Amino acid sequence: MLKLFFELLITFFKIGLFTIGGGYAMIPLIQQEIVDHGWMTFKETVDMIAISEMTPGPFAINSATFAGVKTGGITGAVFATAGVVLPSFIIVVLIAKYSARFMEKPVMQSALYGLRPAVIGLIGAAAFSIAMTSFFNVPVNNGTIPFAGIIRDIGSVIDFKAIFIFIVAIVASIKYKVHPILLIVLSGVLGIILYGI
Amino acid sequence: MEAKDRRTRVTKLFLVFLRIGAFTFGGGLAMIPFIKREIVDNNHWIEEEDIVDIFAIVQSVPGVIAVNSAIFVGYRVAGFLGSVASAIGVVLPSFIILSVIALFFSTFKSIPVVANAFEGISAGVTALIVSALLNLRKASIKDVYGWIIAACVFLIMTVTDISAVYILLASAILGLIISYVRKKKGW
Repeated sequence: MLKLFFELLITFFKIGLFTIGGGYAMIPLIQQEIVDHGWMTFKETVDMIAISEMTPGPFAINSATFAGVKTGGITGAVFATAGVVLPSFIIVVLIAKYSARFMEKPVMQSALYGLRPAVIGLIGAAAFSIAMTSFFNVPVNNGTIPFAGIIRDIGSVIDFKAIFIFIVAIVASIKYKVHPILLIVLSGVLGIILYGI
Repeated sequence: MEAKDRRTRVTKLFLVFLRIGAFTFGGGLAMIPFIKREIVDNNHWIEEEDIVDIFAIVQSVPGVIAVNSAIFVGYRVAGFLGSVASAIGVVLPSFIILSVIALFFSTFKSIPVVANAFEGISAGVTALIVSALLNLRKASIKDVYGWIIAACVFLIMTVTDISAVYILLASAILGLIISYVRKKKGW
């Protein structure tokens, strides 16, 4: 048990340290780490993202708590949450104490010049693998897509209901700026109607 | 700062960030206006210009924006204790709510109607992430090198098992190299 708590702390410390650019950027990293450790299935991580969006508070904290409880109960959640917050704590207190101008240094700006587009690529990959689990009825492990299986059984594996819900949701989000919580409620209702019949 | 004054500030910071943590949905960026109103307008702890700088800094360092802001603001207002109180305050509501949900989620999801709802929600989450992606892209990709980096990262993540940690490290180094070469050659 102690080993698990330590592992949760270290893993979420790593996630906290490599989260750049806010909540969505950490989705791929969280999925990779949690699924690799066998703490949750890929599908469960998607549920976790949905729950985090519907509840108040930052996504990273929500998912650390959720993953912690799932694997090691409340104590596990304490370790996971402490882990994800600790890097911020160290870095931000140092900056606040010594130099608020640290981030304006050219070397930081140059590193961010490479990091920002990389984060876009990461989020894109997360969206792609979640879309694959949602649109095709095939098991996805750790975000790696079984392309061969999809091509072989293309007719039977496509989930048209999911694709329909996706299109409705993306139009609602981009064109009508519907609030994320409302969007999740909407797709849940569509899910109940479409998958119930 | 008097000891008593500091104690009052620490308590107040905890309560302010507890409220921010409990009532903001949708993550870090959504919290920024709340933080500004509480810290600058209501309590006058930090000047308006300074808070803008703080938000710029906390967005470019690693970590969660809301937590980073809480720690930075807490430190400025009441030192190290202030940053601890603010961080615990902003995290506590999420922690309690998510613990309760996680304890009951498996039971809850075994209800067929709920399972169907989550089938739909998974498609909705995809849409949410795609639209966040489109919003973030404008500020993140400035030129053709940015597009190339984003495309390479996407491919590597989709096709291989390489950890995102290494990919981010490599991208930071690449950013340094491109900036250095550009400066040397003058393009």
